[in-house]
Amino acid sequence: MDQDHKKLKESSFPCEVLEKVLSFIDSHKDRSSASLVCKDWYDAERWTRSNLFIGNCYSVSPEIVARRFPKIKSVRLKGKPRFSDFNLLPQNWGANVHAWLVMFAKVYPSLEELRLKRMTVSDESLDLLARSFPGFKALSLSSCDGFTDEGLKAIATHCSFRLLGLVQMIIYQNLTELDIADSVTEDIGGGWLSCFPESFTSLEILNCASLQCEVSFDALERLVSRCKALRVLQVNESINLEQLQRLLVQVPHLTRLGTGSFMQELTVRQYKDLQTAFSNCKNLQALSGLWDATSVYLPFVYGACASLTFLNLSEANLRSGELAKLLPHCTSLRRLWVIDTVGDKGLEAVGSSCPLLEELRVFPLDPYDLDNQQGVTEAGFLAVSRGCPNLKYVLYFCRKMTNDAVVTIVQNCPDFTHFRLCIMNPGEPDHLTNEPMDEAFGAVTKTCTKLRRLSVSGLLTDKAFEYIGKFAKNLETLSVAFAGSSDRGMQCVLEGCPKLRKLEIRDCLFGNAALLSGLDKYETMRSLWMSACNLTIKGCKLLAKEMPRLNVEVIQDEWSDETHANKVYVYRSVAGPRRDTPPFVLTL
Amino acid sequence: METSVATELRLGLPGRDESEAKITSVSNKRSSSEMDDSCDPQQESVAPAQKAQVVGWPPVRSYRKNILQKKAESSSDGSAMFVKVSMDGAPYLRKIDLKFYMNYLDLLKALQNMFKCTIGVYSEREGYDGSEFAPTYEDKDGDWMLVGDVPWEMFVTSCKRMRIMKGSEARGLGCL
Repeated sequence: MDQDHKKLKESSFPCEVLEKVLSFIDSHKDRSSASLVCKDWYDAERWTRSNLFIGNCYSVSPEIVARRFPKIKSVRLKGKPRFSDFNLLPQNWGANVHAWLVMFAKVYPSLEELRLKRMTVSDESLDLLARSFPGFKALSLSSCDGFTDEGLKAIATHCSFRLLGLVQMIIYQNLTELDIADSVTEDIGGGWLSCFPESFTSLEILNCASLQCEVSFDALERLVSRCKALRVLQVNESINLEQLQRLLVQVPHLTRLGTGSFMQELTVRQYKDLQTAFSNCKNLQALSGLWDATSVYLPFVYGACASLTFLNLSEANLRSGELAKLLPHCTSLRRLWVIDTVGDKGLEAVGSSCPLLEELRVFPLDPYDLDNQQGVTEAGFLAVSRGCPNLKYVLYFCRKMTNDAVVTIVQNCPDFTHFRLCIMNPGEPDHLTNEPMDEAFGAVTKTCTKLRRLSVSGLLTDKAFEYIGKFAKNLETLSVAFAGSSDRGMQCVLEGCPKLRKLEIRDCLFGNAALLSGLDKYETMRSLWMSACNLTIKGCKLLAKEMPRLNVEVIQDEWSDETHANKVYVYRSVAGPRRDTPPFVLTL
Repeated sequence: METSVATELRLGLPGRDESEAKITSVSNKRSSSEMDDSCDPQQESVAPAQKAQVVGWPPVRSYRKNILQKKAESSSDGSAMFVKVSMDGAPYLRKIDLKFYMNYLDLLKALQNMFKCTIGVYSEREGYDGSEFAPTYEDKDGDWMLVGDVPWEMFVTSCKRMRIMKGSEARGLGCL
């Protein structure tokens, strides 16, 4: 009896203690693991979770979330599959946030932060948001659509202060962050900036760099001058240099700055003022914007470059010489984004000036002109790899690559976690040997043991996928286009890659056999996207029948017919089939 | 090679050919597989292979692409709207295609770049007061107007030619 009592005591753990311990865990993956230990841990975890992350808004329903988690303060929600960024998803496909907001308003009135990615957000939703959460602090809309400046006006107007009539008090809500990242539509005007009341002073982060329209500089200047805690300011192209200088003198303590356009003729006085303004920005960690920056005016930013860890030149069509002059000032640089106008020569400068570099993204100036032979080649990438051994993240758009170069590159930089290589001509072979690019990706997967994300391109046979399946033990995301020689390719990936979560495939000849070889796999993954492959409705139906906990959706477009399934989206869900499918989405 | 491109006078984004062919979107390339429906009526007629564009490829983000495409489309559909532009003090005139630009912001930027001048910001009350130069245009009725007063679309269709006036002269226009 005594022994039993003892056993009971040892195995019971006061839930207050458990909750306290679990409240220190932030990572949602760790929390998920903790919740699976036993019922007590599941309960303790759900009561202490305050940050909600949902990677696929259709994998779970608002009702299920509301039942499980009573105390959520911040939400991160992702909607559409990534290929919607490239116009592969028709309009009105879904991922509308409204139903979620309605639930949040009811169940989480003290919600403070909302970060949405690839979701549709209407003005009505923004209005609901603005009125429902008295303590709301931060809104981030990344690659979202569906709203206009009316919605933003609602946020600006209502999130600023709230009168609680019953308690006879005025409570100032602290909107600290408003970030509309890459959510660009032409419908968004700049009028909402003027809607922040004069009493509103709490803004810390303002990012409206992607706005396509003119913005009221007056309103912006007044806003900036009274928000003394502002640390991130990213304006849009309509703000010129003179205006930028006036803003900068108000907030020299910025940590992230996005400038406006550099296209303005300056007097000597104005140039000097700008130079001074930039030199006074001693805390700048990130710099972006720089539209139309050229060697004429770029030098006045040099004074702010010493503390920079992130430099985004993806709007400035710099040449190699200009880049070579700028980089030596950026002694702390870890992340660099450029356009391929810098050429291989510019990348040589990167290799020699940025030994601490961890991330490099090279965007194409003109991706659609396939005749164009300008841009970067394997030589530039090689040069960077020689000078930057800490490289972990690369996104590289080029027209020419060789297997040998990639083999050498990963030998120089074995720590890649993200390797996204885009050889822009579909199915392009090694330009020196004319062979497929299989060996390149073989080397990447063999050498880079920490690889989590891979995008392949160029001419690829099943061999490449054999390598990936066999060696990419930590791979979570794989993007494939115009590749493979048979179903076996996709099969290799599905049978290997133990940690695979997202697989997106377009324009490959994988068919039903390939699709069905991954039956068991798909429930361990977040989602599978296949478009312009050789799938049929029949094959998809079979998948849906075998795996009832997967949602198998076929998107019908002008290239589909009764047999061919041109766009297929498969994902695991505990919420069952979607209830909001538009007419062109078929749930099987 | 680099320097010749950099110094060439161009109207559009650097690196692009002025006489760019129309970008057509083609259905995905399944012609290399055995399942080729060679008589697919839905396939649009294709320009020479090099100029054909596959939807959503290369995978460049939408907003970036839209800006480039709009500029391409506006210059390749139907008639262009070429107008002569003169600037006070400049030895020769330039010609621009108004259809190439999407709004006043684009146009003024291009003019400033082309003529290396400062035009400044437009305001309804003061025109371009305070800047060295002011853009004006002659409309269909033969009257000289200040650029920016009418909606963009109306401006494009009614503008016959442009003149970038010295600020001192243009001030007269602004207070009429």
